[in-house]
Amino acid sequence: MAPSDQSVDPVLAVEDLTVRIATRRGPAHVVNGVSWSVGAGETLAVVGESGSGKSVSVLSLLGLVPRPPATVTGTATFDGQDLIALPEEALQKVRGPGIGMVFQDPMTSLNPVLTVGRQLTEGMEVHLGYDRGRAQERAVELLDLVGIPSPRERLRAYPHHLSGGMRQRVMIAIALSCDPTVLVADEATTALDVTIQAQIVELIGDLQRELGMAVVWITHDLGVVAGIADRVAVMYAGRIVEEAAVDALYASPQHPYTRGLLASLPVLGAAGGRRSDLAVIPGLPPDPVHLPPGCPFHPRCPVRGDARCADQVPPLRPVGATAGIPHRVATFYDPDATADPARIEDGSP
Amino acid sequence: MTSTADETAGMGSAPVEAGTVAAPDDTAGLRGLLRVVVRNRLAAVAVVVLALFVVVAVLGERLAPYGRNEVSSEDKLQAPSLDHLFGTDQLGRDVFSRVLIGAEPSLRVGLVAVSIALVGGVVFGLVAGFYRGWIDDLIMRVMDVLFAFPAILLAIAILAIRGRGSTNAMIAIGIVYTPIFARVTRASVLSVREEVFVRAARSIGAGDLRIMARHVLPNVAAPVIVQTSVSLAFAILSEAALSFIGLGTQPPEPSWGRMLADGRGFIQDAWWIAVFPGLAIFAVVFSFNVLGDALRDALDPRQRSAIESASAGQ
Repeated sequence: MAPSDQSVDPVLAVEDLTVRIATRRGPAHVVNGVSWSVGAGETLAVVGESGSGKSVSVLSLLGLVPRPPATVTGTATFDGQDLIALPEEALQKVRGPGIGMVFQDPMTSLNPVLTVGRQLTEGMEVHLGYDRGRAQERAVELLDLVGIPSPRERLRAYPHHLSGGMRQRVMIAIALSCDPTVLVADEATTALDVTIQAQIVELIGDLQRELGMAVVWITHDLGVVAGIADRVAVMYAGRIVEEAAVDALYASPQHPYTRGLLASLPVLGAAGGRRSDLAVIPGLPPDPVHLPPGCPFHPRCPVRGDARCADQVPPLRPVGATAGIPHRVATFYDPDATADPARIEDGSP
Repeated sequence: MTSTADETAGMGSAPVEAGTVAAPDDTAGLRGLLRVVVRNRLAAVAVVVLALFVVVAVLGERLAPYGRNEVSSEDKLQAPSLDHLFGTDQLGRDVFSRVLIGAEPSLRVGLVAVSIALVGGVVFGLVAGFYRGWIDDLIMRVMDVLFAFPAILLAIAILAIRGRGSTNAMIAIGIVYTPIFARVTRASVLSVREEVFVRAARSIGAGDLRIMARHVLPNVAAPVIVQTSVSLAFAILSEAALSFIGLGTQPPEPSWGRMLADGRGFIQDAWWIAVFPGLAIFAVVFSFNVLGDALRDALDPRQRSAIESASAGQ
């Protein structure tokens, strides 16, 4: 899990991804030109609040966002193919053996009327052409791998026999059943309580070391990110606003939004501890149908002031690097300059 | 659930609890469903009545004390007696025997007709609800047109085109009931297709056909099963109605609807000719309706868990 230079062989590289979803009120600009990549054995965390486009930006790669109403542009290079341009039948072959997914809510992502065994063997039947016996054997191995006791008996269990944490382990086993190159965890721990969260996080980390997968972890939980990610991309209103090695991001967040997010984390045992001590970012995320002109964050930004904030979208510009991982940020604000906005000069590279 | 204990024990040291894992589910599968249904007394009676009629339909002729068209001119219009339990009709035929023998065509027409409606309606509803768009519009508008006709009128029209007889009656009743199944199925599919597990199945590479057959269909089964039970009642009633007006089962074959029609003229003097086949129709239709209601309750997840926990306490 050594932090790899992102220029080294990304297994999945997303370039200028844009997703529009037609709504009755007009097109919703859900993802607006997002680029990221992830390499083998590397963990990329995509962070953002609800509606920031983090899930859609990954689901759309696999054709899991229905088109129409969505239109997806950009490229996503995986295994020498552009996923965005692939027809449905070819995408079906990528889903599973190429990119496996774990979803947010283990209570609803398993089919209630099918046994765990039948759901586990599905991918192997579709992609690997295993017969029933062989698929069952592999299913037992997978359940064992994800730490489920008595795996053979569990094959006959229905989802309602299992607790939330167990179900999420089953979901992970399903995602792993076809040996994916990339594992996408879409809020995979959000619906679980904290101790189970920690176990699932640890489990995926162990599996990643064991199997050498690339992991894309979509979450709004910065606490989870700190423990697992190599690199972090912070999304806001469908754009990446800051991208850095995880330590660099926590040590010196550059974007006012990232700073706001980090400041809003409750600190255990902090002085006072009253609810009012929790910092909040005033306002709400913008409506994707009516994005503000200029920087999407500027209406809520505590340090806005540059003349360009209101009418130009700040580009992602490098502000340094840690262990070969560039630190990039999309803001006109320069924290190294003094607080006087008049002194901020052209910050773009 | 024991698995909660597993969770807190941590992944590495999780204890093996072979005995408590995947305990047999007493409500899983068809047998479990039947068990839940018969906890309702009335439904249990209905199941027994229907089973009885099925036995009669299968054995029919062998159970009947007299032949289906055995005429005895001395015994015309006899009131029910030990010799003739349900009396005799105007030709001296034994009404009891004919009611027994009439069970077979009635049930067969009902069963085949509902099977046609079930298969057609479920396929149309599944495709329409799953794909939406123009295919949904096309299928459902055709279904609406069929649905707009009064059922019996549409069946009569189909029989007028294809000719009378029990085979055509089955087809006609089947077509008439197809839109109901299509609607019931589509309505459920619309909600199931949005479920996360459908997306999860897609994310592992399952295609449309697999998702429809394996993930969506089992999840829409409950309302369809209920509809099947209720439709069997109506289909048998429709068969009786069509036979009554002479378009269904043809004389001299015994059929409950036909016997009602024949007995109608003698109702003042020989009530038994019409009343006993009428009672048979009533018993079967009522039983299917009761069974349908019980199935509805049993398959409703909220009610079902209530039933489960109630029975767990026993």
